Amino acid sequence: MVEKQFTITDEAGMHARPASALVGAVSKFKSDITIEHKGKKVNLKSILGVMSLGVPSGSVVTIAADGEDENEAIEKAAAVMQSEGISTP
Amino acid sequence: MTKTMSGIAASNGIAIAKAFRLENPVLNVDKRTVSDIDSELERMTSALEKSIAELEVIQKKTAETISDKEAAIFGAHLLVLSDPELVGPITERITTDHVNAEFALQETTDMFISMFEAMDNDYMKERAADIRDVRKRVLAHLLGVTIQSPSMISDEVIIIAEDLTPSDTVQLNAQFVKGFITDIGGRTSHSAILARTLEIPAVVGAKTAMADIQNGMTVIVDGLDGTILIDPEDSVIEEYQNKQAAYDEQKTEWAKMKNEATVSSDGQAVEIGANIGTPKDIAGVLDNGGEAIGLYRTEFLYMGRDQFPTEDEQVEAYASVLKGMEGKPTVVRTLDIGGDKELSYLDLPKELNPFLGLRAIRLCLEMPDMFRTQLRALLRASVHGNLKIMFPMIATLDEFREAKALLVEEKAKLQAKGIEVSESIEVGIMVEIPSTAVMADTFAKEVDFFSIGTNDLIQYTMAADRMNESVSYLYQPFNPAILRLVKMVIDASHREGKWTGMCGEMAGDEIAIPILLGLGLDEFSMSASSILKARSQISKLSKAEMAQHTDRILALSTSQEVEDYVTNLSNN
Repeated sequence: MVEKQFTITDEAGMHARPASALVGAVSKFKSDITIEHKGKKVNLKSILGVMSLGVPSGSVVTIAADGEDENEAIEKAAAVMQSEGISTP
Repeated sequence: MTKTMSGIAASNGIAIAKAFRLENPVLNVDKRTVSDIDSELERMTSALEKSIAELEVIQKKTAETISDKEAAIFGAHLLVLSDPELVGPITERITTDHVNAEFALQETTDMFISMFEAMDNDYMKERAADIRDVRKRVLAHLLGVTIQSPSMISDEVIIIAEDLTPSDTVQLNAQFVKGFITDIGGRTSHSAILARTLEIPAVVGAKTAMADIQNGMTVIVDGLDGTILIDPEDSVIEEYQNKQAAYDEQKTEWAKMKNEATVSSDGQAVEIGANIGTPKDIAGVLDNGGEAIGLYRTEFLYMGRDQFPTEDEQVEAYASVLKGMEGKPTVVRTLDIGGDKELSYLDLPKELNPFLGLRAIRLCLEMPDMFRTQLRALLRASVHGNLKIMFPMIATLDEFREAKALLVEEKAKLQAKGIEVSESIEVGIMVEIPSTAVMADTFAKEVDFFSIGTNDLIQYTMAADRMNESVSYLYQPFNPAILRLVKMVIDASHREGKWTGMCGEMAGDEIAIPILLGLGLDEFSMSASSILKARSQISKLSKAEMAQHTDRILALSTSQEVEDYVTNLSNN
């Protein structure tokens, strides 16, 4: 399993547009991928799950992937977070 | 047999096409026990697949005809439809509890809806509405009910609806939607204003259109006089085709005036500007020979989205309008929200009298951070053109001073950071509250200009809600009470060497124009589609002669007397 931490910098937090981009991008990976915020962990392939975390600006989230393509999945998640401008690398 | 109805003429032109009803279906869910689990799962899968296919089309069309940004919301809806946390529990409920698909969908989505609604964040609370929207689509497929989206229309039609929301209208494509008829609303409702912007003929307030018009019936919409003809005979269709041709011909004549200045027959120049809602409207303004923007309603930038526009987004919008106008005067009205205009992400307390409540400048002064963001964006954009800033709903001089002080502060802060700001920004106010019209002489010493917002000025002077059809007889632009207030404002501005514009519907009205010209109005701002007609009319009027008539007009007793007086003048 691999995991990586991100700080959400977008002033609106993890809102619908970047969350959609993130969920859409990781859904094609075979690994189990989760995102954790304040002790609550949800499936990163679920837009409803991600939105239900209600991640505000400035918070730290942990993304974890477990499976055959876990490294690629984490890299992809990091790239999307950066290109959507919601997190610093 | 031709059936005739009438409503309020909301947008000029004539359209003849088949009716397309835009309905809000009723979706009732009952709990049933199912024995054939496999076929129930199959129903669910099929409804999801149909919903996905439908949303993909809507998303694509919205991206093509509106923008990628507007289309993004449908991308999120698509993800919800394939969300494992939604589909998993639904499948489980059907399999283990033996309930029907509708009920399983309802229960599962209810859980998410209440989860979002319980969140301590207005933005997240609003996401519940997205889930409801998606659920509605899937339920409709399960129940075999059709849900329509204006963006799906691909034939030439006339839309028939109870009312059109701003988000419906965003999806209207003028290529296919030839006209529309709504049962409620007035000339100044948002759908009517949008129809004029898109130059689609429209009749609103038709009351019984949804009851009387079925899909596929041929309908004629006469947006010139508010007539609706259902199932017309061939001879009637021909008559209206001729009327349509005559209207087009007149438009061609007006088009010749596109590049002319607006000058009365005795050589007095006035300015005709346009009212716009978004940077996209600039093309229509220039096509119609607009000499200025008399009113840029910035609230549209804040509407139809799920959070405040950032400062940079605002700078981009304002700069594109200013650049588009190539140095022509551009009056930008600061945020006018509240009353009938709400923002989903701004949770304002419900008010008994929203039109008399916390709205426009009152709200901006109450929420200075939001207001300062807009002011900074305007200041940063100011270097791109001829910007004039206007505050709406000013009732007292204190409000104007407070708003202007914030502007001055933000300007100083920007300049201290070395950011360039135009030094020649005029700062004015909307005159739409009687107290301000009465005190115009005092205001004129401090503001750079006035712009009279007649829709609200009439509503507040006559104490008649302009959205309430029962009192629509009190919407009297020609009531001498209104005309006297208008005169007070124009005279007060001229005594201080300032100018007065008008950005309400009245400025483009053919009966009002002779009076306003006579009263000395400096700038007329109207829907872009009215500009050429107004310019043509003014070119045939003598300002000096009209000035002589205004004393007599202002001494008349009723609105009807004023209308009759002006009508007689133009007939002689």
